[in-house]
Amino acid sequence: MKSNSTDAAVAIQVDKSLIPLTVIDPSSGWVALKLGELWEYRELLYFLTWREIKVRYKQTALGAAWAIIQPLFTMLVFSLFFGRLAKVPSDGIPYPLFTLAGLIPWTFFSNGLTQSSNSLVSSANLISKVYFPRLTIPLSAVLSGVVDFAISFILLVGMMAFYRQAPPLRCLYLPAFFFMAFVTALGVGLWLSALNVEYRDVRYTVPFLTQFWMFATPIAYPSSMLHGIWRTLYGLNPMVGVVEGFRWALLGTNTAPGPMIAVSSIASVLILVGGVFYFRRMEKTFADVV
Amino acid sequence: MSDIAIRVENLGKQYRIGALQKNGGHYTYKSLRDSIASAASAPFRAARALMGRDGSQANHDEDTIWALKDVSFDVKHGDIVGVIGRNGAGKSTLLKILSRITEPTTGHIEIRGRVGSLLEVGTGFHPELTGRDNVYLNGSILGMKNAEIAKNFDAIVAFAEVEKFIDTPVKHYSSGMYLRLAFAVAAHLQTEILLVDEVLAVGDAAFQRKCLGKMSEVASEGRTVFLVSHNLAAVENLCASALWISSGRVTAQGSCSTVLSGYIQDSRGQDGRSNGLEQMRRSGNGRVKVTGCWFEDENGCMIQRAKSGEPVIVAIEFQAAPNTRNVDVGVSLSSLWDQMLFVHYSSYVGQYFSDLPARGVFRCVLVQQPLSPGDYQVGVRIVENASEADWPRGSVATLEIVQSDFYGTGHAGFSGQALLLLDSRWTLGNVTSSFHNMRS
Repeated sequence: MKSNSTDAAVAIQVDKSLIPLTVIDPSSGWVALKLGELWEYRELLYFLTWREIKVRYKQTALGAAWAIIQPLFTMLVFSLFFGRLAKVPSDGIPYPLFTLAGLIPWTFFSNGLTQSSNSLVSSANLISKVYFPRLTIPLSAVLSGVVDFAISFILLVGMMAFYRQAPPLRCLYLPAFFFMAFVTALGVGLWLSALNVEYRDVRYTVPFLTQFWMFATPIAYPSSMLHGIWRTLYGLNPMVGVVEGFRWALLGTNTAPGPMIAVSSIASVLILVGGVFYFRRMEKTFADVV
Repeated sequence: MSDIAIRVENLGKQYRIGALQKNGGHYTYKSLRDSIASAASAPFRAARALMGRDGSQANHDEDTIWALKDVSFDVKHGDIVGVIGRNGAGKSTLLKILSRITEPTTGHIEIRGRVGSLLEVGTGFHPELTGRDNVYLNGSILGMKNAEIAKNFDAIVAFAEVEKFIDTPVKHYSSGMYLRLAFAVAAHLQTEILLVDEVLAVGDAAFQRKCLGKMSEVASEGRTVFLVSHNLAAVENLCASALWISSGRVTAQGSCSTVLSGYIQDSRGQDGRSNGLEQMRRSGNGRVKVTGCWFEDENGCMIQRAKSGEPVIVAIEFQAAPNTRNVDVGVSLSSLWDQMLFVHYSSYVGQYFSDLPARGVFRCVLVQQPLSPGDYQVGVRIVENASEADWPRGSVATLEIVQSDFYGTGHAGFSGQALLLLDSRWTLGNVTSSFHNMRS
């Protein structure tokens, strides 16, 4: 029973060159991003995402239909109040289609944001018991939303068919705008999830944040209500670029990529880069604080 | 140099007391309001606090504790090292740092080889997922590659004995099946270095035996194991060397038996009387409370050691609320390796006590105690009217038993590790007569 292992110990020494060496030193200040390590753990990222997807609609009667119900009912409510009653302009597009084209990427964004900002706290037992790059947790939370997005996109396609709106060729640009929504959701999610570890206030802030953000994004109204420099500055909200990009690519509105969308893409990248650095800096305290 | 698997130099880990209390693991969350409030008085410092605060540790020395300080040691390839120490000594912190879950504050560590850490079984298990899904999920969380899990899948399921239910969500598993599956995944983690924390402390006796068996199998494979445990018997059994940590420092390191006997000597306390009853974790409604415990001989003199076979009186001092009913007092005796020898309640011999005085002493005479020489620890639990009044978790007193002429023959008896002496009578017979007796 006592350790007696000379043979095996020798065997281990033989292929010593293959043995990985781990060095642990205290770090201080801003640290390296170690994205290579994230790549090494890609299988874990895959499994965590897959777990999120599998578990999301377990024990719900309607299952994945929820991914459609959410934007569908919001669209109905908006069409009634903003389209019919308030007569909000919609760039010449039927109002329901106009608002839905904004709601689909928005729902992906706000769900991704909410899920990822709570992700670290709800994985507290993983964080305090196992080592792996913590970035995988909020990343998998946003990634798992891609499936919901794909399902809800069917609704959008159905609505376009209903209004006999053929997609223009430039709908090939759509993935770029989707990527922008992804980058923004992940960037904001990283900031909020890292803050949430230490300040549980974040949990109460997120519902307000998404609500305000939604009205700060041209979903119920067109961004063409703003003019000149104000419209460009409006692009500082990256979701403005995403929503107007979606409409341009799918519905042919005259919101072609210009200064506003350029500002939005820069803003989304800055949010993500800042978020990754902030996350990595706070990462070492997660296990002690969460 | 090259046969060193783990090298730890001057390791230190500092915690802010505000964020994490050392023993109980109670957390106090900082709220944004606090940070904003302090921002009003010192905006710069608060902004820094928001951004990670690590440059400023030296500034609030009074709010911090060192969970580990100046810890240095080496572990060779193939060593099985047991880490022992009291609660809060820093054992788990050390393991968390070696597993890279948390970062050290000072020091340097080099680890040669793939590291697998088992701080808990079933980490990441999701109740809604099937056994199969959870095996893959848990395996990848523990750091196994997909191919590796697929290769070992059948072995894992067979070890856990859950073949029939592998496609059932684990929320429908019994707790035993759940634990077996969780441990099975962990047991197939094939890294050169294993860091293990008290995984053995879960499950029923059969399961624990299985875990111990697997651990000794791992030990014989020549892998390096770093085992943190309170179970001294397991450490003694599995480990060749040991590391004793107290108050965040290495007190002793070396061969298992030397370190363990030093540790036991230290934990015995000075006079055999109960020490630290106040600090002990305890449960119960407190209507009767143990305030002290010691041993007496037949003349009522306080003693610290007794001979094998000699009557010993366990005295339990208490304070009680008025109008107590049906008080049942239990005494247990266990070896220093936490092996329970017996539990004895006064109700077993038909005795209950009522209307206790505000302060008093229960005395329990252990007639002809059959203990072999060595040290023993005592546990006490008091029940009033079928509900628990007080149960201090831990040894309330220690007794040293010395050799005596137990058998009255001048023979000292078996000198191995048996804990009990029994008097007996021997006869000699032929085969047929014993057969005949069995039948009748």
